[in-house]
Amino acid sequence: MSYEFLQNYWWCLISLLGGLLVFLMFVQGANIHLGNRALSDLQKRMILNSTGRKWELTFTTLVTFGGAFFASFPLFYSTSFGGAYWVWVLLLITFVFQAVSYEFQNKKGNLLGVKGFRVALQVNGILAPFLVGTAVGTFFTGSDFKVDKVAIADPSAPVISSWGNGWHGLDALAHYHAVVLGCTLVFLTAILGALYVLNNIDDSDIQAQMRRAIKLSIIPFLICFLGWTAMLLTRPGFAVNAQGTIVLENGKYLHNLLAMPAVLVMFLAGVVLVLLSLWKGAFTKSRSGIWFGGLGTVLVVMAVFFLAGFNNTAYYPSYSDLQSSLTIRNSSSSYFTLQVMSWVSLLIPFVVAYIAYAWHKMDSKKITAEEIADTEHKY
Amino acid sequence: MDAILWSRIQFAMTAAYHWLFVPLTLGLALVMAVMETLYLVKKDEFWKKTAQFWMKLFAVNFAVGIATGLILEFEFGTNWSNYSWFVGDMFGAPLAIEGILAFFMEATFFAVMFFGWNKVSPKFHLASTWLTGIGATISAYWILVANGWMQNPVGTTFNPDTVRSEMASAAAFWEVVTNPVAVSKFFHSVTSGWVTGGMFVVGVSAWYLLKGRQKIFAVKSMIIGGIVGLVGSAAVMLSGDSSGIHAAEFQPMKLAAAEGLEDGGRGAAFTIVPGVKIPKMLSILATHDANGYVPGINDILKGYTDNNGNVVPSVAEKMERGRKALDALEVYRMVSGQDDELAAQARAVLDDNVQYMGYGHLSRPEDVVPPVGIVFWAFRLMIGIGMLVALVLLLSLFFSWKDKLEGKKWLLWAAIICIPLVYIGGQCGWIVAEVGRQPWTIQGLLPVNVAISSLSAGAVKTTFFVFLAVFAMFLVIEIRIMLGAIKKGPDTVEPVKE
Repeated sequence: MSYEFLQNYWWCLISLLGGLLVFLMFVQGANIHLGNRALSDLQKRMILNSTGRKWELTFTTLVTFGGAFFASFPLFYSTSFGGAYWVWVLLLITFVFQAVSYEFQNKKGNLLGVKGFRVALQVNGILAPFLVGTAVGTFFTGSDFKVDKVAIADPSAPVISSWGNGWHGLDALAHYHAVVLGCTLVFLTAILGALYVLNNIDDSDIQAQMRRAIKLSIIPFLICFLGWTAMLLTRPGFAVNAQGTIVLENGKYLHNLLAMPAVLVMFLAGVVLVLLSLWKGAFTKSRSGIWFGGLGTVLVVMAVFFLAGFNNTAYYPSYSDLQSSLTIRNSSSSYFTLQVMSWVSLLIPFVVAYIAYAWHKMDSKKITAEEIADTEHKY
Repeated sequence: MDAILWSRIQFAMTAAYHWLFVPLTLGLALVMAVMETLYLVKKDEFWKKTAQFWMKLFAVNFAVGIATGLILEFEFGTNWSNYSWFVGDMFGAPLAIEGILAFFMEATFFAVMFFGWNKVSPKFHLASTWLTGIGATISAYWILVANGWMQNPVGTTFNPDTVRSEMASAAAFWEVVTNPVAVSKFFHSVTSGWVTGGMFVVGVSAWYLLKGRQKIFAVKSMIIGGIVGLVGSAAVMLSGDSSGIHAAEFQPMKLAAAEGLEDGGRGAAFTIVPGVKIPKMLSILATHDANGYVPGINDILKGYTDNNGNVVPSVAEKMERGRKALDALEVYRMVSGQDDELAAQARAVLDDNVQYMGYGHLSRPEDVVPPVGIVFWAFRLMIGIGMLVALVLLLSLFFSWKDKLEGKKWLLWAAIICIPLVYIGGQCGWIVAEVGRQPWTIQGLLPVNVAISSLSAGAVKTTFFVFLAVFAMFLVIEIRIMLGAIKKGPDTVEPVKE
């Protein structure tokens, strides 16, 4: 196995984890619907318990996404997390609240009351996909940072990655292209959440509300997604030329799409699947939309990551200092680390298999109002 | 205070807070799994209800543990950006593997354990309960491989082209995974979790007995908790012994600080408290030889000859060589690709001195001395509490086994008081391990002042207080919910007569 192969392989795995993370953020999306006033308290609790059996999977995928990024492309971890400080800290805080909100929400003595923790879940439901989307958006807009590895030899200012402005990541909000991706993810996860609830809960009222929510989300989602894609394909991108120098190239991401037909097919197939899930959720009686939407989401997100990183492209560009931009080649771990982790990654299918088995076992009986009213084992 | 100190305080707080939840997860998981196994073996509903009660408390605790774990992982990036690059190649892999191998197992089977009573077969449920605990334990292994590497960085070489420590070979990963420091830390930490879980169960059960409630439930729980806790205590002592040997070998300054040993020598005495010493005991503990040489703080500063006859240079000399390495690195980076001869010369100087490069970042030799008072007293508290808890566990187990707890209010009270104590003991253990490593993030390679991110002190201070407020609130809520659940008590079912 060559070094380049291992670097590409790990970029594929990071892309896959990113895709799975966005899909699993149906948990966040479903929690947005906790604010739906047409739902009774019991119905909201059914939704809470429905996402409550999956949230740890999303959370774990986030942790593993972070861990895998750290292990395979440590310069990204170092540059983005240490630089775009406020974005990541904000994201962490909303996830921390989310993690305890299930267990605490309906317990006596929880200080914030049912409502407090429900709001925490809704805030996480909106902010998590928004911040993740905006952060990934900067893969294409670039950020304001500088990397100077030799700085570590200078005891007076040893930090190798430094952010160029005092906003530490909040500056991404000024890049409308990145923000539009954040909005796209909010609508997408709200749709996936509704599709998931539709599949997971036996309650005609809730189902009607979810179909309604999907209908309402279709137009804003499509506007954001198509708008973002159009901007992506027409904007200049950060290319690595034959000398290894990073240069701005007009239409770079369109070129990438055309240069990698497999990615084009993935992207289009993903889009078709997501559209199919929208149609199934909004206009048919089918409850299986989540599977189409889920697979479609994974494919589109992977294709977006491939566009960002492959075909001699800088996936985490710096617009203030082009040569500081991060590429798959200059930011990865060493050959041996990637090699060892690649062996470990062969266990991933086994992990996926037991998750699928447990999920299947747990979900073979759908959630009903009776179950939530009667059982003691609930959130 | 500067960004370095605030970053340290923030990380210390997050880690300490995380460690309030993890040991109970590790210990209670084992207790619950044993109880549920008894339910399946004896077909006795009593054990099911008993296991379910402890699971309820487990679930409250588990959520906060997960939440704080997430922050810890990301803080390596947000607050220790240089660290992430400099050692990410070594340190990241165990974290990623932890996610793939352990976290998914924990998360998946926790949901089955908690919600699956009426959804999956009893055997699948039991397997899920065990797998939740096994997942947590595997997770502990990988994070302690990462932490063990920070204490004893094996299997790595410095690469001047990438300016970081890299995996020396594929086989070096095996060295990292079987690092003796990681192995003994794993046993020490996990079994201290068993002590915490066991003590928690024994203490809560003691409260029921004092109140005259749930007698059978309490006595039976106390027996299981007592066994788990005692096995844990024995293992903690054994692994503590090897931790001492490793500190002497790999981190002599940590050992000297933990002992408050200014000047060492052969046949060194162990200080119980200042003024009370056991002759030769420190040499025995540190080297398993009554006349073994144990260096003190001053010896390490001045340089000494270790038990294998190796001459360890003074800190001043290490600093000088470290600076040579850093200067050579700068030259190498400047001329590399332009002047091969000069680059080769710089590389040679770098290679000669690279083992002390971390010392080049220090401003004075005394910087290598950690805060002695904190480490010294934390060490004593840890050992003292550990011994007291073991004694209380032993007595509780003995009298509950013989069903002779009646009239032993003192013991029941002692068991309750030991619950907060066992937490203090665990925190002290980590203070010894982490404060004792100062000023290094990676022993000998990277001091804290070079490991940080480029952030203002104000930014880190702000997040510190935000996290502090959030953590404090969650802790209060968690304790209130737990106390509420304990007051309410388990659903009682009489056990089947044997």
